[in-house]
Amino acid sequence: MLGLSKKDTTFLLVVIFLTLATPILLQPFPESSALAQFNAGYPDLMQRFAIFGIFAIGFNILFGLTGYLSFGHAAFLGVGSYSVVWMYKLLNYNVVPGLVLAIIMSGLFALFIGYISLRRSGIYFSILTLAFAQMSFNLAYSVLTPLTNGETGLQVYNNDPQVLMSEGSPTSPHFFGIVMNEATKVDVGGWQFTFSNGYYFCAIIAIIVFYLSLRIFRSPFGIMLRAIKTNQTRMNYTGLNPRPYTLAAFVISGMYAGLAGGLLAAMDPLAGAERMQWTASGEVVLMTILGGAGTLMGPVLGAGFIKYFENIFSKINDNILHSWFSALPDGLEDFVVFVFHPFIGKGWNLTLGLLFMLVVIFLPGGLIEGGTRIWNAITGKNRKKKREDAAHHPKPTSHVN
Amino acid sequence: MTKFQINRRSLIKSGAAIGAGLALPTIFTSSARAYLNEPKGGTVTLGFNVPQTGPYADEGLDELRAQELAVQHLNGEGDGGMLNTFSSKALKGNGILGKKVQFVSGDTQTKSDAARASAKSMIEKDGAIMINGGSSSGVAVAVQGLCQEAGVIFMAGLTHSNDTTGKDKKRNGFRHFFNAYMSGAALAPVLAKAYGTDRRAYHLTADYTWGWTQQESIATATEAMGWETVNNVLTPLASTDFSSYIAPVLNSGADVLILNHYGGNMVNSLTNAVQFGLRDKMVNGKQFEIIVPLYSELMAAGAGANVRGVYGSMNWNWQLQDEGSKAFVKSFGEKYGRPPSNSAHTCYVQTLLYADACERAGTFDPCGVVDALEGFEFDGMGNGPTLYRADDHQCFKDVLVMKGTDNPTNEYDTLEIVEVTPRAQVEYAPDHPMFAGGDLGACNSGA
Repeated sequence: MLGLSKKDTTFLLVVIFLTLATPILLQPFPESSALAQFNAGYPDLMQRFAIFGIFAIGFNILFGLTGYLSFGHAAFLGVGSYSVVWMYKLLNYNVVPGLVLAIIMSGLFALFIGYISLRRSGIYFSILTLAFAQMSFNLAYSVLTPLTNGETGLQVYNNDPQVLMSEGSPTSPHFFGIVMNEATKVDVGGWQFTFSNGYYFCAIIAIIVFYLSLRIFRSPFGIMLRAIKTNQTRMNYTGLNPRPYTLAAFVISGMYAGLAGGLLAAMDPLAGAERMQWTASGEVVLMTILGGAGTLMGPVLGAGFIKYFENIFSKINDNILHSWFSALPDGLEDFVVFVFHPFIGKGWNLTLGLLFMLVVIFLPGGLIEGGTRIWNAITGKNRKKKREDAAHHPKPTSHVN
Repeated sequence: MTKFQINRRSLIKSGAAIGAGLALPTIFTSSARAYLNEPKGGTVTLGFNVPQTGPYADEGLDELRAQELAVQHLNGEGDGGMLNTFSSKALKGNGILGKKVQFVSGDTQTKSDAARASAKSMIEKDGAIMINGGSSSGVAVAVQGLCQEAGVIFMAGLTHSNDTTGKDKKRNGFRHFFNAYMSGAALAPVLAKAYGTDRRAYHLTADYTWGWTQQESIATATEAMGWETVNNVLTPLASTDFSSYIAPVLNSGADVLILNHYGGNMVNSLTNAVQFGLRDKMVNGKQFEIIVPLYSELMAAGAGANVRGVYGSMNWNWQLQDEGSKAFVKSFGEKYGRPPSNSAHTCYVQTLLYADACERAGTFDPCGVVDALEGFEFDGMGNGPTLYRADDHQCFKDVLVMKGTDNPTNEYDTLEIVEVTPRAQVEYAPDHPMFAGGDLGACNSGA
């Protein structure tokens, strides 16, 4: 179907199913249970899963395929967000013009940054992109304040022109009348499932761009990108100029990032400068590596993991711990809480860091490798089977195909 | 290897699939309710959104301590703190409207995005009906906007920029903390008295919204007394070394340096300035002076001996001797073994004020709470008689002018109160040019 092989079609169908069923899958614990704390099926977090999934998928097209490690992708995220909010301010709350502009602007931005940065490779490339991103951040934070509203972040004000705004049109982001922050809550037994318009909007876009990335991975263009990662010098010797390919990959992944940034603003009409900070660029690198660079599903998993820790673990505080362990005797309860204390609340970074270390040390292929190993253990496929898209062990390809 | 091509059939197929997907969520209709997150059971949930990581983590953790204390007092545990001195007696120590108060906490990371994500999860997942906290104006403005859109009440924590209740004011948002204009209005007369009316001031300003509004406020207030503003230099937020900005100060002919910095910036710039020996210099026949318009205990502690004798302003200080402050410092000190900071105080007071407004309104409905808070006059919360002005949701109360203690006796004794500037002196019209351009809009209950 859709120009995919049978295996890929199945894969895509599984992804579609998982994405559409997310509001149910992420709500495994009944509302009244103590473990409801770990439920992640509320609109904001699910939207973030989808959006950062898109961001990571795009980043992976560059990093996973060509091996060029960009430390500046957050700049495109920011450009996308600002584009969307500006469209709100000038036209109306329909997200479509903004998203289109976000993709175009971030594409142009990526073309400019990529054209300059791609003259170097390896660490120099990373540093160049990092420099551009920090420059964008500083510009957005202070110098370009009339355009970006600086520290406070760009918001829509009551006195903005909004020329397409009519009497009955929604006063928050919408897709031709489907208001993003509206949701339907369904109670089934003790469970409560929230089906949010915004999430499904992001999810459908995520599926589309996932499909695109799947096509890119399987295309001759994708093979060319892999060749660049495997041995660029050899490519040069065969008379192929790798730069147009890397630039194209850079622009495509920049557009993905712009789309993700635009969607962030489509879910929540604010664009802050921190979105461009180097920590945000670092985050997408972590997501990709945590999930498994060069794999199709890995970056999405990584994005989900990091966002989950940021939003769920940071909210567990000592009171909640005490309520979990209240069955234990007093002294023991305090001791257990004391042991867990550094890892929750403000310590969410620490927990995530430990997890990241474990993954990098024991699963160099990321969470995907972990999944594959478990799957192989279950199905008994212990014989050496070729792993698809294994980023860290690229197989040498023969020169003549 | 496959070719990338789209034919008519697959286009129609995928179009239909996308359309069906988009239509899917709309087949459900949203259930009716009076207002968002209406507390149904025996409890009500408040959301405390403070920086727990990042540059203001210390302030955030102190805020969280105060908020926990406020919840205890609301539920009738502990000694009641300011509930005993608060002029409104609507709260009875049995929770709010008979419902036990619960809270959830989150990490703003002092980033607008993270703060909004955290606030959203409190509203969407935990059913929080009010959000309180924060330690920077950027975050306050961002979260205030979110609460307005979502339909819950926002009780701002530490936010000093004029914009929070100026051009970014919102009907659902309330600020108890003072602002940059008030700092200027309170500081200027004290400075004139201490340093004379013939001074030349040089400003170093953090290059973002808060820095600008503060610089504008202080420059206006000091110029009104006869001071001259020699220069205003904007410093990037990420600067850690201000030496290169301090050196030109000496050659500019200025005899006062005003540091419009906060947090780590302020600690570094003040330390640099003192190390350059600015305070030992004589310029224009006058002793060179340094001023830090916005002080916090934690910054003063960070700058150590460098703050000695340096003037600044604060919203509240634990050394105040009124009944409310004493009661709060006592219960905070007994629970945590340290005096509360002024950001802790503002969060504590905001939580009580919200609870009191619900009691008086008889409902948790944000629109009812807004009505109860607008124009509310109260006393006994540490700042003297206070008004929550209806026009911009800014609290009007006395402001403290502080000075670095010359001979500190213990580690918390870093600042001393020079003057309690009366409320009348820091008041301004709601349409003051520094606050112009905003619009409260209508209250939103999220229904």
